[in-house]
Amino acid sequence: MITAGVDVGAKNVKVLILKDGVPAGRGFRTIGLDTRKAIEESFNEAVSRSAMKTADISRTVATGAGRKEVKFADGELTEVGASAKGAHRLFGSARTVIDVGAEEGRAIKVGADGKVLDFAVNEKCAAGAGAFTEAMARALEVKVEDLGPLSLKSQKAVPMNAQCAVFAESEVVSLIHAKTPKEDIARAVHDAISDRIISMVRRVGVEKDIAVVGGLARNVGFIESIKRSLAAEVLVPEDPDYAAALGAALHAVETGG
Amino acid sequence: MIANYGYMDGSGEFFVRIDTGKCDGCADCVAACPAGVLQVAEDENDPLSEQPVAKVNEDHRRKLKYSCGPCKPVAGRPPLPCVAACKPGAIEHSW
Amino acid sequence: MAEEFWRWTEYRKTMDGVDWKSAEALTVGVDVGSVSSQAVIMADGKLYAYSSMRTGSDSPQSAQKAMDWALEGTGLTMDKIRYTVGTGYGRVNVPFSNRAITEIACHARGAHYLYGPTVRTVLDMGGQDCKAIRCDEKGKVLSFLMNDKCAAGTGRGMEVFADLLQVPIAEIGERSLDVDEEPRPVSSTCVVFAKSEATGLLREGWPKNKVIAAYCSAMAKRVVTLLERTGVQKDFAITGGIAKNSGVVTRLAKELGIKPLDTGYDTQLAGAVGAALFAQSIVKKSMSKAGAG
Repeated sequence: MITAGVDVGAKNVKVLILKDGVPAGRGFRTIGLDTRKAIEESFNEAVSRSAMKTADISRTVATGAGRKEVKFADGELTEVGASAKGAHRLFGSARTVIDVGAEEGRAIKVGADGKVLDFAVNEKCAAGAGAFTEAMARALEVKVEDLGPLSLKSQKAVPMNAQCAVFAESEVVSLIHAKTPKEDIARAVHDAISDRIISMVRRVGVEKDIAVVGGLARNVGFIESIKRSLAAEVLVPEDPDYAAALGAALHAVETGG
Repeated sequence: MIANYGYMDGSGEFFVRIDTGKCDGCADCVAACPAGVLQVAEDENDPLSEQPVAKVNEDHRRKLKYSCGPCKPVAGRPPLPCVAACKPGAIEHSW
Repeated sequence: MAEEFWRWTEYRKTMDGVDWKSAEALTVGVDVGSVSSQAVIMADGKLYAYSSMRTGSDSPQSAQKAMDWALEGTGLTMDKIRYTVGTGYGRVNVPFSNRAITEIACHARGAHYLYGPTVRTVLDMGGQDCKAIRCDEKGKVLSFLMNDKCAAGTGRGMEVFADLLQVPIAEIGERSLDVDEEPRPVSSTCVVFAKSEATGLLREGWPKNKVIAAYCSAMAKRVVTLLERTGVQKDFAITGGIAKNSGVVTRLAKELGIKPLDTGYDTQLAGAVGAALFAQSIVKKSMSKAGAG
């Protein structure tokens, strides 16, 4: 059976094709002006990369904040359901799943069977999501993908008082003016966001193993801060941003009859 | 005085409301709070009074959602320690 | 709005008909805000002279500068001041003050003076925070909240928006009222997300004024939610920088169904006036104690 999972996030569309339960191809587009176009292009990319035709796909499930935009989907799945399912497939031992995307953060408690037992969501405030690190990278004048490696060079924790991304940007600028090393500021940024995420995780209860997925899991600085704060190791898949798309594609298999 | 400490952001309203008219300054809430959110001191918003009252510490006011998070588990929410400890019933949470 | 960039308009004034030489007690209130600083001199609880300046990077220096400017031309010197109260964001950084008092207490007391004793609700919309205060007939705080965690609903949030649209902040209010019909408000509260939303609306072809209207409307709605927490009672006064943004104030009045009071004074003086009045109360208290002893 060939299925597709389409995850329409706040910023990017991620598509994953599964053939007999094994990933066969992926597609990725940043949503610019046109969400539908990004969906179509990323979908076509995934199909062609898996050396298939659209007609070969028997079922497509959509997830993510923009999942209603996937008009050709046969079904849909919530973000929490998709992340949990994807993370459980990647790491069967995971009991706590942390998923942080561009605009939302989620903490999910999953059972041994991968079922969602509880979850907490942080939404509608940039302070608790990837948008925060993007804003801080801009203020620091570094590329967002360089922010993580930069923070690993830090030897010193500096406090950041502002919670709001807008106020934190001004604080970063003042820190730069005060000649605070950029790597220390980068670490402060990751510590700040990881503190907020961890507090949310504690509301569902921290149980090992802990898996971290979503776009922000690509950021090594964020992962370091999470590990430090939890005083525990965490599991991070190779392509953390595709976890929800994987979950959706698996759901398509299960609901395919 | 009804003192609303906390904030509202895109994700919700997170206020700890202290009725300083009811608060007798006993500090039971301070002892009960596992996160060190509360203290008893002079009422900074009523500068001509010398009566000490409970208030939320300055460094927690902008992150109450997170500071109070551990007392608000998603499943089976127990009574809040600060609210339960307050005999005069002066403390309320907005979320 | 005549002035451009009103945030940075600096001014000072000496009131007519008040003579400091015959006053029993001279007191000072200094409000060091995130954007502007005010110094107010009061003679027996009457407004005598004041100044308002931009806050520089150094708070103690900003406080001193505002103070010096308020004194300028009055023949008055610091040694004649009985008591000084500092307030505002930088209140602990007023080197010549005798005591620091919160903005909440000072704004209530100051609004009571500037708008009259009928004021029961004060909304202060500053550069980095938003305060809702309910007070009694003496200007004493009954209920309050202060939102300084989130930039939405603050002057800073408005600046970010003005920057994005490349419209001078002083024009925001009027331009937001120059629309054929009221658009739906921007749905994101968070300034970061509201920015993306506005960018999307511009791409859809919305004219700038309509986008500005949608943001002012969202801001007004948000402030109403905040006010509901403390309760809104007539009379209602708005202080702080955003009091000068007609786009937000007009919509706020409409949402609440209450027209805010007018004052002949500058609304940004409320904090410093309240501080000087508390200084006056403290002096009086110590005088009566000394008299009784």
